[in-house]
Amino acid sequence: MSDLPLPLQALNRQLVWDGFKQLLPISLFVTVFGVAFGLAATQAGLENSSILMMSAWVFAGSSQFAALELWGTHVAVIPLMITVFAINARHLLMGATLYPWIKHLPPAKRYGVMCLVSDANWAMSMQAFNRGEPGLGLVLGGGFALWLFWMIGTWLGMAFGSAIQDPRSLGLDMVMGCFMLSMVIGGEKNGRIVVIWILAACSSLLAYRYLPENTHVIVGALAGGILGAVWMEKNHEH
Amino acid sequence: MSIETAGIGAIVVILIMSFVTLATRLGGVFVMSFVPISYRVKQFIGAMSGSVLVALVAPMALEGDQGARLALLTTLVVMLVVKKPLVAISAGILAAALVRYLMG
Repeated sequence: MSDLPLPLQALNRQLVWDGFKQLLPISLFVTVFGVAFGLAATQAGLENSSILMMSAWVFAGSSQFAALELWGTHVAVIPLMITVFAINARHLLMGATLYPWIKHLPPAKRYGVMCLVSDANWAMSMQAFNRGEPGLGLVLGGGFALWLFWMIGTWLGMAFGSAIQDPRSLGLDMVMGCFMLSMVIGGEKNGRIVVIWILAACSSLLAYRYLPENTHVIVGALAGGILGAVWMEKNHEH
Repeated sequence: MSIETAGIGAIVVILIMSFVTLATRLGGVFVMSFVPISYRVKQFIGAMSGSVLVALVAPMALEGDQGARLALLTTLVVMLVVKKPLVAISAGILAAALVRYLMG
């Protein structure tokens, strides 16, 4: 090992393994969501092979739960596509925010890493970048940890789903919310950022109430982003 | 247009979902490869990254039950004081479970 600090866009075996380990605690919680999904999917009438295939290939919990709502003897394709797109459109923003670092990778690696992007590993990687540490290992290794435990959870839910009868009474429905909030609070804080967050929160709530379902994340994120682009931080070289 | 979910149909539906989701995962990076990264774009990205999380959490606080609200409040306070995410998350979950247990 050299003493030179790694560039922020670095991605090697050690960083991927570190990322895997760093996402393990939150992955254990993801298992619980997987159990809930496996159970719900069984109850919605999906075959075991379809349930595992959906978790493996889609790997996006909220949109999978939404698909169960639309599942019947027939599935309407266009509403399904719109629902899945709307719920997962936040990935577009995550890709955009990772771009300044991920652009240094060759295209195959770049898109390969993005295949595993999800809320938790993305949030941890952005925190790492903001601290001046390499973050792409967190996206890839951490994404694999999340995927693995999502699969294990899905399988457990299919097999023994009734074991956890009421995850809500244990507070487990709040894992992701608390996780994301802790990532927000753990990030950089100053007057400008707080005003941006307030605008993002207000626009998200307005969209949640008055705009079509699942648009609130995009609306809030773009409102915050646009304010940040208009009201830029000073003291930088133009 | 609708697809029957018996047999191979379920696989087709899952494939469609996978492609749509994959497009969202790859699309942001793809689009950005055509956008020159100016200082303004960097500021936009920086402001947006926190805003995504805030926009996800805000409705949970407003629309959630007392347990959800206290969970988020607890996470916020513990995170500000202790600055350790896992401690803050665990405290939040515990708060939700306690409130729901006590309030039935």
